[in-house]
Amino acid sequence: MGLRYLHAIRAVLWKDLSAELRGREMLSAMLVFALLVILVFNFALELDAKTRANVTSGVLWVTFAFAGTLGLNRSMAMEKDRGCLDGLLLAPVDRSAIYFGKALSNLVFMLVVEAIVLPVYSLLYNTNLFNPGLILVILLGSIGYVAVGTLLAAMAVQTRTRDILLPILLFPVVIPVLIAAVKASSGFLQGIAIADIWSWLNLLIVYDVIFITVAFMVFDYIVEE
Amino acid sequence: MIERERDKLIIKVHKLVKRFGLKTVLRDLDFKVHPGEFVAILGPNGAGKTTFLRILASLSRPAMGEVYIAGYLLPAQAAAVRRIIGVVSHQPLLYGDLTAEENLRFYGRMYAVPALNERIHEVLDLVGLVPRRRDLVRTFSRGMQQRLAIGRAVLHNPEIMLFDEPHTGLDQNACAMLDNTLREVAARGRTVVMTSHDLSRSADLASRFDVLSRGDIVASAQRSEMNPNLLLSFYREATSASVQSGIRRE
Repeated sequence: MGLRYLHAIRAVLWKDLSAELRGREMLSAMLVFALLVILVFNFALELDAKTRANVTSGVLWVTFAFAGTLGLNRSMAMEKDRGCLDGLLLAPVDRSAIYFGKALSNLVFMLVVEAIVLPVYSLLYNTNLFNPGLILVILLGSIGYVAVGTLLAAMAVQTRTRDILLPILLFPVVIPVLIAAVKASSGFLQGIAIADIWSWLNLLIVYDVIFITVAFMVFDYIVEE
Repeated sequence: MIERERDKLIIKVHKLVKRFGLKTVLRDLDFKVHPGEFVAILGPNGAGKTTFLRILASLSRPAMGEVYIAGYLLPAQAAAVRRIIGVVSHQPLLYGDLTAEENLRFYGRMYAVPALNERIHEVLDLVGLVPRRRDLVRTFSRGMQQRLAIGRAVLHNPEIMLFDEPHTGLDQNACAMLDNTLREVAARGRTVVMTSHDLSRSADLASRFDVLSRGDIVASAQRSEMNPNLLLSFYREATSASVQSGIRRE
């Protein structure tokens, strides 16, 4: 992996962050949607303290997954709308560099949304979420979600039904990440011993490694006409 | 003999076939371009012009046949080809939420263009957009976006330029400005292949006219061999003969 490869990743990341800082289309949509979801859950579920602790991780990951799908769709649609995906594909760089640049920017957007949602959730549900273990799970879960999501978004964006196709493709594939993330988050929030949570963390790490490797190998074929 | 001919040609396409499902879009197409030529590929809608250009640009894979660009075989040596081609399509391939300068900086980084700041200024000067360099591209008119798209395509100083119907959606003034930019790009010794169905614009710009109809090049003429005023009758004869032979084949 040469310096040029890393420069290409950085260029795609810089481009996405700059464009988003100007337009704020994707972040604002993801954030408003995420806040609405936790607000709806807050009113829909009248929870006592014990039940609240049990459902917190589930509500959080459903919120992150739905908001993340919005971002992934928008991120690739932005490339397709003005033919920019062709512009990227014409660049004389390994196409996996484009994937990693897009995945990194999607990860940044998802982490920003999560960083805002967590304190709001803490306030609304009166639950303390400032737990280093939970932060680690959110990071690993988000990496897995974005790794597979960016790959499938690149596939879905080439179709006319991209908006509905991405969730249909993504959610079945991402189920292991969601289950492992919910279980591990729940474990950390309920103060379960790390030895009992370790298997879920392992699953998250293995999933991340597998899907990053798969994306590295197949992205070129997925974006080719 | 074939090797020597390939060396002299900057683009050589032999027996190219492209299919989308059951539909054959390009049929045994042969096409040759010498360095420095400006070739206009003329043809009606659906003739296969854009598909052909996308294959030359390494954006699409041929089903059969050989495509050599500057001696590199596609799609096997696509990365090498991408370094020496610049592509302008009817879409600008530019980001609306970035300024003109930022768009060029991004593409310059992707192509690892040396002395990038100086090159960006040169290119903006070439396409006449220095005063608007810090404006967001989404505030540009269609004509300005197309000129910036040419700037993006020449940023890495490619040997070969591919234009896919660059005049689409432009008004007369914007077309005239685009033509001036195209002439400047071609005057720097580059090889240019342009698809178009605008005969009058092509007649002013190209040094050779090829007619693509029903997935094959059915006629070719050098500008020096024909009166540009007769281009319309040349085009009509070529396309109607192709349609007639197609009907007979079917």
